[in-house]
Amino acid sequence: MAETRLKILVVDDEPAIRRFLRTALDTYGYSISEAARGEEALNAVAMGHPDAVILDLGLPDLDGVEVTRRLREWTQIPIIIISVRDQENEKVNALDAGADDYLTKPFGIGELMARIRVALRRSTWPEKQPVFVLKDLVMDMARRLVSVSGQPVALTPTEYDILRIMVANSGKVLTHHQLAHLVWGNAEENQAHLLRVHIGNLRGKIESDPSRPYYIITEPGVGYRFREGNY
Amino acid sequence: MEHQRPDPDKLLARVQAEEAQQGLGKLKIFLGYAAGVGKTYAMLEAAHQRKREGIDIVIGYIETHKRLETEALVKELEIIPRQQVLYHNVQIPEMDMDAILARGPQLVLVDELAHSNAPGVRHPKRYQDVVELLDSGIDVYTTLNIQHLESLNDIVARITGTLVRETIPDSVLDRVSDIEVIDLPPEELLKRLKEGKVYIPDQAERAIDKFFRKGNLTALREMMMRRAAERVDDQMRAYMRTESIPGPWAAGERLLVCISPGTLSERLVRTARRLADELNAKWYAVYVETPDEVKLSQEKRDRIADMLQLAEELGARSVSLPGRSVSEVALSYARRHNVTKIIVGKPLRPHWQELLRGSVVDELIHASGGIDMYMVTSEAEPVNPRMPEGWRPHQPWPRYLWGIILAAAATGLSLLVFPFISPTNIAIIYLLSVVLSAFYFGRGPAILTSVLGVIAFDFLFIPPHFTMAVSDSEYLLTFAGLLAVGLVISHLTSLVREQADAAQGREAQTVALYELGKDLTVTTKLTDIARTVIAQISQTFGRDVAIFLPEDHGPLKIYAACPELTIADNELAVADWSFQRGQVAGRGTDTLPDASMRYQPLRTTRGVVGVLGVRPMDAGHHLTHDQRRTLDTFANQVAMAIERARLAEQAHQAEILEITDKLQSALLNSISHDLRTPLVSITGALSSLLDEGALKLDDVSRRSLVETAYEESDRLNRLVGNLLDMTRLEAGAVRIHKDICDVQDVVGSALEQLNSRLENHPVTIDASPELPNISMDFILISRVLVNVIDNAIKYSPPGAPIEIRAQATNGYLEIAVADRGAGIPKEDLSKIFDKFYRVQRPDNVTGTGLGLAISKGIVQAHGGFMAAENRSDGGAIIMLALPTR
Repeated sequence: MAETRLKILVVDDEPAIRRFLRTALDTYGYSISEAARGEEALNAVAMGHPDAVILDLGLPDLDGVEVTRRLREWTQIPIIIISVRDQENEKVNALDAGADDYLTKPFGIGELMARIRVALRRSTWPEKQPVFVLKDLVMDMARRLVSVSGQPVALTPTEYDILRIMVANSGKVLTHHQLAHLVWGNAEENQAHLLRVHIGNLRGKIESDPSRPYYIITEPGVGYRFREGNY
Repeated sequence: MEHQRPDPDKLLARVQAEEAQQGLGKLKIFLGYAAGVGKTYAMLEAAHQRKREGIDIVIGYIETHKRLETEALVKELEIIPRQQVLYHNVQIPEMDMDAILARGPQLVLVDELAHSNAPGVRHPKRYQDVVELLDSGIDVYTTLNIQHLESLNDIVARITGTLVRETIPDSVLDRVSDIEVIDLPPEELLKRLKEGKVYIPDQAERAIDKFFRKGNLTALREMMMRRAAERVDDQMRAYMRTESIPGPWAAGERLLVCISPGTLSERLVRTARRLADELNAKWYAVYVETPDEVKLSQEKRDRIADMLQLAEELGARSVSLPGRSVSEVALSYARRHNVTKIIVGKPLRPHWQELLRGSVVDELIHASGGIDMYMVTSEAEPVNPRMPEGWRPHQPWPRYLWGIILAAAATGLSLLVFPFISPTNIAIIYLLSVVLSAFYFGRGPAILTSVLGVIAFDFLFIPPHFTMAVSDSEYLLTFAGLLAVGLVISHLTSLVREQADAAQGREAQTVALYELGKDLTVTTKLTDIARTVIAQISQTFGRDVAIFLPEDHGPLKIYAACPELTIADNELAVADWSFQRGQVAGRGTDTLPDASMRYQPLRTTRGVVGVLGVRPMDAGHHLTHDQRRTLDTFANQVAMAIERARLAEQAHQAEILEITDKLQSALLNSISHDLRTPLVSITGALSSLLDEGALKLDDVSRRSLVETAYEESDRLNRLVGNLLDMTRLEAGAVRIHKDICDVQDVVGSALEQLNSRLENHPVTIDASPELPNISMDFILISRVLVNVIDNAIKYSPPGAPIEIRAQATNGYLEIAVADRGAGIPKEDLSKIFDKFYRVQRPDNVTGTGLGLAISKGIVQAHGGFMAAENRSDGGAIIMLALPTR
């Protein structure tokens, strides 16, 4: 663990939630700054240079999507948005606008830590290892080899691409839009359906029980997430 | 006779009249006695004056007759254009009522109040249009010549020799708030006529000389003055009465006039009206239907009906009473209603007829007691003495034959017994035959029998035999007696029979009313009432019936009708008019008489609830006076029944609301309890941890408390989610985002969400990859599966397996979740999808009972369905089916 404490900016208009987050993050060794409104948050990021931002979608002045968009105009700082159930559209919009991940209220602190960790890892991880291992799955990107429980698996080029992108972003959610964009370069509306088919096939090949997937997790209404693994 | 104090009835009437006046328009008449005195001009001048005062005035209809001075005044006022009515290929300009009502001025000028409108317009007469304008709150100025008054019609005819056809009923004058008399001395009028300043329609050229004679004009002028003066007198008296000024009260007179089918009746009625006006008395018009008059011709019946209606229009109360003797019935009615004067016509028939048949007038005079009698003469030719009705040979011939046969039989019998008994007793046999003849065959045959009997008796049995001579003049008495008895008995029996017929006729109507009433009291549903009414009325009146009811405080619509009846749109407009105004309209009435049906408003104390439409099967047939009355009574009963049905419906709704209210509060209580219960554990656990004494808790206990709080908060979260879902479903705010989805994916997602709770339950999934991907909302359906699987978990013992099966059959994709719990009781199988339904179990299962209801709602919104059944080897299966499109 690094010696300097990482700084997290918590943006939420509910004092109770800010309090809970401060306590929790403090316990885990992060230092906290707070903001209650969108404009405040933008200033706080510019002035305070935090390492990550936890951003509530339902702010009184600017909505979370707007804040994300403005931040992304000049910084790649990790942004994790907090939303309520049934706010799927806004979630997806925020993610497409550049947010890294999301949490649905009420959430447990374990989830939160995992998300922060993943988000920070991307920005602080020094280099990528070419071999990815998670449970029974081994993916060697240098040699373009995928095997499950030691058995090699034959994937179509598209399936390999999808798997590669997901693994590169393991632990982090990828919206349909983002995934399609990363795989095919553009994201048209009906690509989501195509994606589903590919994912289904992929699952069939790498999951031990495709109907209860372990590696490729469906984030309902948002997209997919590859389980956090080890490089 | 009345006393010197204000009559409370009159006071009340006046107060009511005044109250009624507010909100209604005021009528001012510019009254003259001939054309050309300057009424229109005066009206226009008055209108200009009002306009200067700021009143909103329009001209409804003006006849300037191209006179320059009049036209000049018209120019400056707003004119509502006339509507052109097409009648027999001629365009006739008439006043446009709809335009005026739409314009809604404060005051409208309407010339020539007595004008008759062209057919096809709202009302046949302009004065009826004016009444409608007044009812709508618009003031009216109008012009009128005195000879157009109904009650003066006959006098004017006598004076001028011309019968004025366009008349207005005197009742219209009762609505007048002001009369301005436009007077011009007759000499000046004649001068104007010579100067050509008076408009005379071309056709009347011939009549001018006759009409515009100085004597005529003077008489008319006097009539006008007198009428105007009477009105002032009325007003003065009314004022005196309300101020309780003791004065020479007109004795509270009441008049009665008897109506007969004779031609004199019309005159009697008008005279009665004038007299009633002068005496300020209430008056009655009575028609007594004797058994004789049952045989009257259609023409006479119509005349009687017309007379009764005329009397009503002139302000009387008309009644039609059955009875044997006109004078008796009339007098008893008179006494019952405290009549003070009876008006009769001078007898027209020759004296001998009166002696023979009796004169009603005589009887009345003799029996009137304290009631005054007024005799009115007629200048009409005396009625031709005709044979009284009864003598006309209108009975079928076979009866007379029977009369002869009876006489012959009596003769035969008498011949047989002649040797043994004296002639007087023979007479009895003949008497018997006459009685029989009268009883069975009627008056004519009875008389024939008695005459034949007398002849036979004389010829055969009275000495000298076989001659017509009579030896003993005593036998003349017998003859006379025989004849007399024959006549009397036949008269009596035919009387009785005819009265019985008349009574039967009345009874039939009463029975019909009774039946209707009886049927209506047992029905409370509107549809039943409508059916009953239509059946009864078609039966009783032989007419097609339709019922119109307003739709939920909206416009009038046909509610029910005889099957063969079709109602055109313009008919509906007439029905609507009747509904809005609460007055009869259509055929046989004064309003829109061209309609094919008669529309009767159904009135109750709360107002008009609907309209009854009646149409004769046979085009020419109008309702008689009696039938009209009966129809009125029917309408009342129907109105009450409809009102009752409406009230019953309202009561029912109120009851439902009350029950719903109760249910809602029960539900709210239940929800409140279910939401609070987890909070109890959470609060309890956390407060224990906060408590100072918590430091003494060991790690295990502390952990246990924390776990409890965490689980319960999770449960609370789910409950809240369910309530939110339910609310959204109810409000129709659920938007389904359909997308092609993989069933496996959906199931997997649901299982993922339930991960922790599935720890003790092994799950097997049976879903082949060949299953079609169907269009559904991923999130919602996964939520449905979460609810269903959660349900299975709830009702399964720990360790019991849960099986999920998906298959495509019959155009549906079915996903079934089977558990190994105790199963669902048979009676609950259909109810488990109801809101807040929880199967009662000994072990209290938690949850609000909303999960399955929400699932059903979501699945149904997709066009699918849900079902539940028990497994034969224990446990239950809950299945959802989504259409595969």
